[in-house]
Amino acid sequence: MTILANSLVIFFITVGVLFIVVTAIGLIRLPDLYTRAHAASKSATLGVMCVLIGVFFHFWLIEGHFNPRILLGVLFLFITGPVGGHIMTRSSYIAGVKPWKGTVRDELGPEIERMKKEQNIK
Amino acid sequence: MAFQIILNFVLAFVWMFLSSNYTAAGFIIGFLLGIILLMMMRRFFTSRLYIYRIWAIIKLTLLFFKELVLANVQVLRVVLKPELDMQPAFFAYPTVLKQDWEITLLSSLITLTPGTVVVHVSDDAKTLYIHAIDISDVDEAIAAIHDSFEKAILEVSKS
Repeated sequence: MTILANSLVIFFITVGVLFIVVTAIGLIRLPDLYTRAHAASKSATLGVMCVLIGVFFHFWLIEGHFNPRILLGVLFLFITGPVGGHIMTRSSYIAGVKPWKGTVRDELGPEIERMKKEQNIK
Repeated sequence: MAFQIILNFVLAFVWMFLSSNYTAAGFIIGFLLGIILLMMMRRFFTSRLYIYRIWAIIKLTLLFFKELVLANVQVLRVVLKPELDMQPAFFAYPTVLKQDWEITLLSSLITLTPGTVVVHVSDDAKTLYIHAIDISDVDEAIAAIHDSFEKAILEVSKS
């Protein structure tokens, strides 16, 4: 039983650390802000969630201490992770950060132009 | 929906008073009996029985977790590929959802699904502008995924 609990904890923490490492590599390798936002908003969220769930299982199954605060932390990350990615990409597009030259299609540019003209922002 | 849940709780408390059994077990028995009673009386409600909606929420949550894991495997593949040959693109996605919370939920789901991040929601909230990390093979797949997401959200919000 202890072996089962230990392997569960090890599995979750390993997967979490793996995804966090992938996030870091992605932040260095990917060419522009928008592709980096993919790595930052997905892998980081799942990575931190996996580490937290591993910690939760460790304290619950091995130390016998049920800590609901960790589960609340997982829930809050789940809600705020994608919103953070959205806000960062949106504000940088409006502020004029150019996408990578390999970007094949851009239907957002005209829409932002129209919005800026309507609201009299230069 | 909220009315039906409150009614179910009231029925459970009535059962506890009737059987003068003030324990958690008594509450649960009363709650289950209340569900049966609500099922028998469902013609008097204008909206659906709330159990269907809770079932739809559970299905949406499971879909969410599945897509989250798939998204991360895809990001992992893109990041660890030896050469950077992806084709990012911004594309417009017309949505049929009306209420604000539905659109927020759909945006969060899209942001956590494989290869897409929502960048902008148009002023009339009819179009989502999405950045895809690799447009070549994802274009049709995205349409299918979003159909399933939109359908699942509509299933939850249907009265």
